[in-house]
Amino acid sequence: MPWNLLKYGLSRKRHGPAYFPPQPELKPAYDVVIIGAGGHGLAAAYYLARDWGINNIAVLEKGYLGGGNTARNTTIIRANYLTPEGVAFYKESVELWRELDRELDINLMYSERGHLTLAHSDGAIRTARWRAEVNKHLGVDSQLVFPDDIARICPQLNLSPSVRYPILGALYHPPGAIARHDAVAWGYGREACRQGVEIHQLTEVEDVLTAGGHVTGVKTNRGVIHAGKVLQAVAASSTLLADMAGFRLPIQTVPLQACVTEPLKPILDPIIVSGSLHVYLSQSARGEFVMGGSTDPYALYSTRTSLDFKEGLAAHVLELLPMLAEVPIMREWAGMADMTPDFSPVMGRTPVENYYIDAGWGTWGFKATPVCGKRMAECVASDTQPDLLHPFRLSRIDELDFVGERGAASVGH
Amino acid sequence: MKIMNCPLNGPRNITEFICGGEVREMPDPATSSDGAWVDYLFMENNKAGVIYEWWCHVPTTYWFVARRDTRTEEIIETLTVADFSGAAATGGQS
Repeated sequence: MPWNLLKYGLSRKRHGPAYFPPQPELKPAYDVVIIGAGGHGLAAAYYLARDWGINNIAVLEKGYLGGGNTARNTTIIRANYLTPEGVAFYKESVELWRELDRELDINLMYSERGHLTLAHSDGAIRTARWRAEVNKHLGVDSQLVFPDDIARICPQLNLSPSVRYPILGALYHPPGAIARHDAVAWGYGREACRQGVEIHQLTEVEDVLTAGGHVTGVKTNRGVIHAGKVLQAVAASSTLLADMAGFRLPIQTVPLQACVTEPLKPILDPIIVSGSLHVYLSQSARGEFVMGGSTDPYALYSTRTSLDFKEGLAAHVLELLPMLAEVPIMREWAGMADMTPDFSPVMGRTPVENYYIDAGWGTWGFKATPVCGKRMAECVASDTQPDLLHPFRLSRIDELDFVGERGAASVGH
Repeated sequence: MKIMNCPLNGPRNITEFICGGEVREMPDPATSSDGAWVDYLFMENNKAGVIYEWWCHVPTTYWFVARRDTRTEEIIETLTVADFSGAAATGGQS
């Protein structure tokens, strides 16, 4: 078998058509340049082509397609936020997710598992009740449940009262789902390419060119490109690009670590989150337990991992699921999260004309990929801030009009 | 374990410390514009490179300044506030 695989790898014959067209030469000018070929950037390119007839687009990527936080998140999709602004936004995203694999003609393995946010204190119960009521009011299926219900929804959980943090209740969100994250970038990228969008990997933006308060193009390691409009969707590097464009951001780059266990047979259906224990976990389609915690305690532009993280996470996971005691951790990694002071993204227009930003996605970006792509495409094409994105505008910081999602961040940071 | 060299307590595990953010000059609240005050409170330089940061050794509540590279996580030096102020006054602050 390995011999055949080697022969296949060395031969030019392939069983199916190439997933992406060969990378074309860079043109001197595009209508829109998108910086960052992660899920968000590729989704914006796809919706610009599909909904707005703009396909003279280059998506520039300094590394490889979908290699940043699109590949590093823990793939949880949900709409059970705390603020009405956040709930409305993520609700639209969940509606888009449900149709997405048909639309992109790719198997995203979108799997609605139900999502339990555990509460271990009176304060957490209060927040869960608050979130449930906001959610119900906006048509999102969430409810406060107590240990007898939790035992039915997730009998694997340790519901014993004689632990350090007994489970007192939970916010239950049946539409909570997981999906195959890499396929999201591939699906959006392939469909965007089919409509004429170009993806340029290993193309790093070295400067943003402006004249008279307008963006005119970007300087890359492969030459200067002129652009009518530019969208940056680069997560951890957001500040580095904003510095080039000449405006300030309320963002700090902080590592977020995660790991998976070796694969087991399917034994856990719902997604489990505990803010007090700094844990979220789910069992992936191939049986691995995907686990994450809170962000690292200080700023860093690095994807290193640490023993402190694994020790803390393992101890807390075992308090919830003692059955995992003998299961080895197989892989670990980190992503660089672009954290904002109000735990909400920064989306839309910037102080530079025709220059748009999609940033501040911290630990909550993957689930927003479809709605963010769709609404950022609207923002770029029409040069207006869509109503749904208005609460998340950059100028909210200067206006002190924050969207405090802290209570709904999966893990208390 | 990552070790931080506390000016008061010597080398200790970094989990004993909290980071207080980059050292930035505080505008005078009485005379500052709203914009400058908002910038001081919420905007971040978020520099990829060497920065000066406030750190606190929690068990002894001792605050000091560390020079750290945010690309490599290397802690280059730690300074008492007095030493840091002296370095800044003589132009040593980058």
